Amino acid sequence: MSDTSKVSKTDTAAEGQTTVAPADDPTAAPVTVVDPRLLVREEGLKGYWTEFKRKVKGGEIGSLPVVLGLIIIWTIFQVKNDRFLSAENLSNISFYLAATGMLAIGLVFVLLLGEIDLSVGSVSGLASTLFAVFVVNHSVNPWLGLILTLLIGVGIGMLHGWFFAKLGVPAFVVTLAGFLGWNGLMLWLLGSTGTINIPDTGPVHLLGQRSFFMDQAIIGAYLLAGLGVASLLIGSVIEQRRRKAAGVPFRTNGEIALRVGALAVAAFVAAYVLNSSAGVSNALVIFLACLVIVDFVLRRTTFGRKVFAVGGGIEAARRAGINVPMIRITVFAIAGGFAAIGGMFFAGQTQSASLTSGGGNTLMLAIAAAVIGGTSLFGGRGTVWSALLGMLVIQSIQTGLDLLNMNTSIQYMITGAVLLGAVVIDSVSRKSQKAAGRA
Amino acid sequence: MVHVSATPVLALRGVSKRFGAVQALTDVELEVHAGEVVALVGDNGAGKSTLVKTIAGVHPIDEGVIEWEGNPVSINKPHDAQGLGVATVYQDLALCDNLDVVGNLYLGRELLRRGVIDEVTMEKNSRELLSTLSIRIPSVRIPIASLSGGQRQVVAIARALIGDPKVVILDEPTAALGVEQTAQVLDLVERLRERNLGVILISHNMADVKAVADTVAVLRLGKNNGSFSVKDTSHEEIIAAITGATENAVTRRAGRRSTEAAK
Repeated sequence: MSDTSKVSKTDTAAEGQTTVAPADDPTAAPVTVVDPRLLVREEGLKGYWTEFKRKVKGGEIGSLPVVLGLIIIWTIFQVKNDRFLSAENLSNISFYLAATGMLAIGLVFVLLLGEIDLSVGSVSGLASTLFAVFVVNHSVNPWLGLILTLLIGVGIGMLHGWFFAKLGVPAFVVTLAGFLGWNGLMLWLLGSTGTINIPDTGPVHLLGQRSFFMDQAIIGAYLLAGLGVASLLIGSVIEQRRRKAAGVPFRTNGEIALRVGALAVAAFVAAYVLNSSAGVSNALVIFLACLVIVDFVLRRTTFGRKVFAVGGGIEAARRAGINVPMIRITVFAIAGGFAAIGGMFFAGQTQSASLTSGGGNTLMLAIAAAVIGGTSLFGGRGTVWSALLGMLVIQSIQTGLDLLNMNTSIQYMITGAVLLGAVVIDSVSRKSQKAAGRA
Repeated sequence: MVHVSATPVLALRGVSKRFGAVQALTDVELEVHAGEVVALVGDNGAGKSTLVKTIAGVHPIDEGVIEWEGNPVSINKPHDAQGLGVATVYQDLALCDNLDVVGNLYLGRELLRRGVIDEVTMEKNSRELLSTLSIRIPSVRIPIASLSGGQRQVVAIARALIGDPKVVILDEPTAALGVEQTAQVLDLVERLRERNLGVILISHNMADVKAVADTVAVLRLGKNNGSFSVKDTSHEEIIAAITGATENAVTRRAGRRSTEAAK
C-alpha cells in the first residue's frame, strides 16, 4: 500500500544487478498458513526482479513512470542545453520545487480521500497577499504575520471541508468556487497598487533564495544526507528486530542494505551537487522536513490510517466508528494550511505579493506533481513522497523550458500534456490493477 | 456436540418494533446460548434483518426486554451492542479495499505503542487469530482487493472477533459464495461455536442451516413461527414453518413427490 513507491524504487535499483548471486540471509519467516496458490517472492535479488515484473504487469507501477520520466526529461534537456545538468541549474530546481511542492503535499491528503481541491493555488496567492498586508500595511511582526496567515489558510480549508462534508456539496464545486472567490479577495486586497513589496526579513528571508542551511557550510548538506540515511538504517534494523522477536515476516539484511544503499547514493549525490553550487536552500530543507513528518503521520498514526480508510471505503470507515465528516474537514483544513505555507514560499521567492500570485498554472502544476508522483486520483492509494518526485519532474520541465527560452504558451501546452499523461497512466494502471484483482 | 449453558447469553423477550404503520416485529422471543448456533430463517420481509438490527443497536426496540446474561439491558445505539459484546457481520462486508488484511482487522481500534500504530503486534495477533480459525489467507499484508469473495467473508468474520465478542451475528454469510468458500465459512462458524461464542446465523440456504445450526428459529410476518432443534426436525417441517401454511406450492409439490415415491 503505502510502501509501493519505496519497494519499486529499490526494485529499480536492483534492475542492473540481477545477475548477482542471491542475497544472504535466506531465513524464511515461520509461516503458519500459506495458500499454495500464492506466488511467494523468491529469496534474493532475482526474487525482487521477478516480483517487480509481476507488479508492473498487474498495474502496481508505483514510482516507476516518474523515475523513467525524469531520466527521459533530463536527457532531452541536457542534449538541448548542456547547462541543464549543471550544479547551478539543479540547485535552482531544488529551490523552486519547494513552493509548489507544499501545495502538492496538501493535495496528496485530498487525493487520498478521492476528492480534489481546486482552490490551493488561489489560497496560496491570497496567503502571500494577506502576509504582505499584515506586515507591510499594518506593521505586524513577520512571524506573527506568518502564524496568522497559516491560521487563515487552515480556516479557509475547514470552510471548504464543512461545505463538502456537512452539506454534501461536491468538493469539486466547493473548491472551484473557492478558486474564483479567494482569487477575487486577493485582487481586492491588492487594490490599485497591484503589488506589495515585502522586506527581506524573518520568514520571507528564510524561505528566499539567499538563505541556506547552516549558512552554506559544506558539512551541512552531508549532515542532512547522513541524518536521512542513518534514520532509515536505524529504523529498519529496529523494526527487523521487533519483527523477528514477534515471529512475523521481516526484511532481510540484504533488503535493508539495498534500500539504505539506494537512499544513501541519492542523498549524498544530491548533497554533493548542491554543495558544488551554493548549498542546500532552507526552503528545500523545510519542504523535506514537512515530507518526513507528513509521511509519518499518514503511515504510522491512527489519523493517517483513517484518511486511507475513508479513501478506500466510506461505508467500512463509518462502520469502524470513524467520524467521516471530521476526517474530511480535517483533510481540507490541512490542504488549506499547506496552500498557505506554499504561499509564504512564493512570497519568499519574489519578496512580493502581486496580482499574479498563485495564479496561472500553479494549481495545475501542484495537481500534476501529486498525480505524476504516483498518488491516485481515485483515492486510497498514494504516498506523500509523490509530492517530491512529481515536483522534480514538473520543476525540471519548467526550468528546462526556461533555459531554452520557451514561450509561456508552449510551457502551458507541455504542462497540460504532462498532466494528461500522468492521469492516463493512473487510469490505465488502475484498470490493469482491477484486471489483476488488486483494486 | 452441543454444550449449552443454562442462562442464555442473549435473550429477547416479547420484543416488538414498529416502523410507522408497519408492525415489523410482534412479541418475538429468541434465545442464544454460549456455544450455540441459532439459525434465524424466514421469508423475505419476515423481519430477520429488523430483528438483527435491534440486537445490533441500529433500531432500538419499542416494547419488550433484551436480556444479556440474564440481566435486562437497553441497546439504543450500535456502540451499546458492541460494548456488551455483540459483533455483527453485515451482508455487504464493508471492508476497505485499499488496506491490507491487518489494517482491516484492526480498523477503528488500532493498537498503539507510544502513540504510534503498532504494526508488529497487530500483524502477530492477526496471524494468530487467522491460524486459530484455520483461515487460509495468502498473506496478512496483501490488500483486501486481491482476496476472493470467500476470503473477504472470513476476514470480515475474523474482524468481528477482534473485539472479543460473546455473540456474533452473521447476515447471510454464504449468500454469494461458491461451494468451497461456503464450506470454509461453515467451518468457521463451527469454530466460533467451539470458542464458546453464541452465533446468530441468518440464512436462506437450508443446507447450510442443517449443516451447522443447533437451533432454528423461524420468523414469519414479524412473529415467531416455531423454534426447532435441528437434529430432530426435517427439512420439510422447517419449510412449512417458514411459508406458514400447509396448503401452498411447496407442500403441494412435496406431497406430490411422496405420493409418486409411494407408487
